[in-house]
Amino acid sequence: MPSNLRTPLYDWHAGHGARVVPFAGWDMPVQYAGIGPEHRAVRTAAGLFDISHMARVDFAGPDALKLLELVFTNSVAGMRDGQVRYGLVCRDDGGILDDILVYRWPYGFAAVVNASNREKILAWLDRHRAGLDVQVADRTFDTAMVAVQGPKAVELAAGLFADPVGHLKYYFATPTRYKDRPCVVSRTGYTGEDGLEVIVPNELAVPLWEDLLARGAVPCGLGARDTLRLEAAMPLYGHELSEEIDPIRAGLGWAVKLDKGPFIGREALRQPSDKPVRVGLVLDGKRAAREGTPIVSAEGTPLGTVTSGSFAPWLEQSIAMGYVPAAYAAPGTRLKVDARGTLLDAAVAPLPFYKRPKQARAPE
Amino acid sequence: MSATPPDRRYATSHEWAKQDGDVVTVGITPFAVEQLTEPTYLELPAVGRSFAAGDELGVIESVKSTSPVYAPVAGEVVERNEGLVDGPGRKADLGLVNDDPLGRGWMVRIKLAPGASLDHLLTADQYAAQIAGH
Repeated sequence: MPSNLRTPLYDWHAGHGARVVPFAGWDMPVQYAGIGPEHRAVRTAAGLFDISHMARVDFAGPDALKLLELVFTNSVAGMRDGQVRYGLVCRDDGGILDDILVYRWPYGFAAVVNASNREKILAWLDRHRAGLDVQVADRTFDTAMVAVQGPKAVELAAGLFADPVGHLKYYFATPTRYKDRPCVVSRTGYTGEDGLEVIVPNELAVPLWEDLLARGAVPCGLGARDTLRLEAAMPLYGHELSEEIDPIRAGLGWAVKLDKGPFIGREALRQPSDKPVRVGLVLDGKRAAREGTPIVSAEGTPLGTVTSGSFAPWLEQSIAMGYVPAAYAAPGTRLKVDARGTLLDAAVAPLPFYKRPKQARAPE
Repeated sequence: MSATPPDRRYATSHEWAKQDGDVVTVGITPFAVEQLTEPTYLELPAVGRSFAAGDELGVIESVKSTSPVYAPVAGEVVERNEGLVDGPGRKADLGLVNDDPLGRGWMVRIKLAPGASLDHLLTADQYAAQIAGH
């Protein structure tokens, strides 16, 4: 077995009490002080995440737009410079290969891809760029990526970069400089909070991390990242999303533009489907419904399976996501989950479970 | 307090058992709590239920995991730590397990079944060696 990959922040994590676990081929911190306190720090102030394991891919050349429009379910042509857009990469049959972010620059495009799907997506891009004049470059190993998330995150980063970033709109990005080196700052995240994600050259990962810590951000691991995204009902590849699930069933139809022109998977996604759909569940008690737990109707009929479930540290409720037939997907529907022989009562809940309070944007 | 005080015995599944006459107090070890991180939910059996050694006694959950708690000895539950479970007008305080698993975070008291003993359990030294090898 080859050893796991390590981010430029690995030594920092290991030296500061992180519990490190293997994740998608990387050694990553799962927690420092604990998932609960880290989660609450992001909801109330600001947390800091090493997300360098996410794959970063650059696209250049005259046909970059054509390639992205072919493999991405959302519209790329409709993006403005500096805009970031979420969408899916699908197979011909509509099965999801990955969920990704595409960035549009005046000089080309970039994408951020799940760590677990990096090689698969690079191979997919390579296969579909035949005959196109486009260069695809994997930048994962020469850059690092850090997320600072929470109601204080943007304010806390003020003045850190050569250009102001406080004016960035949600899902917009800007190239700027950090310590006189090029970097990218985007107003994006995976926690349900306001915040920034920053891509820097490897050698600036530790200085950026320490700068943000010194300004009050709390180091957080992938454990809190998972509970935060679950409260915000953001799907996770390998859980809510897979090659056997299409974006419509997953509740991601808003990121599929059937009228944008041809793209891989479009014909399959046009067809009506009666397959199970993604729902949220709130359990009556505090016991968690873990991934793989069967979901049954109030009468005991098997309906589907939990894809993610946990006690939610901010909501202080047991919440889960899973797939059930559409007839059982209406909010308020009473269901049960079978936790190793114990039937737990639950109700279908509207998603997201958690929505951040609207706040006035502080001037930078 | 030592993480493995010698006044009690230990199960390989990280429960401790402290004998006082024919009643044995049961809890989970600091090592178990550290592995679990921050308990969020505990299910304990009703008083009066009987278990064989190694039977599932209850369930403890943290944000990340669900783990069974096993009965280290055979016998009948004669008392449980009501502070650890929700009661009328009272919320479970799992901080007791988190902060003091060897003391105030005890879970149940079991009256030993006739002929039952703690002899099959690890001594403090044996258990300390087990978790050191982890």
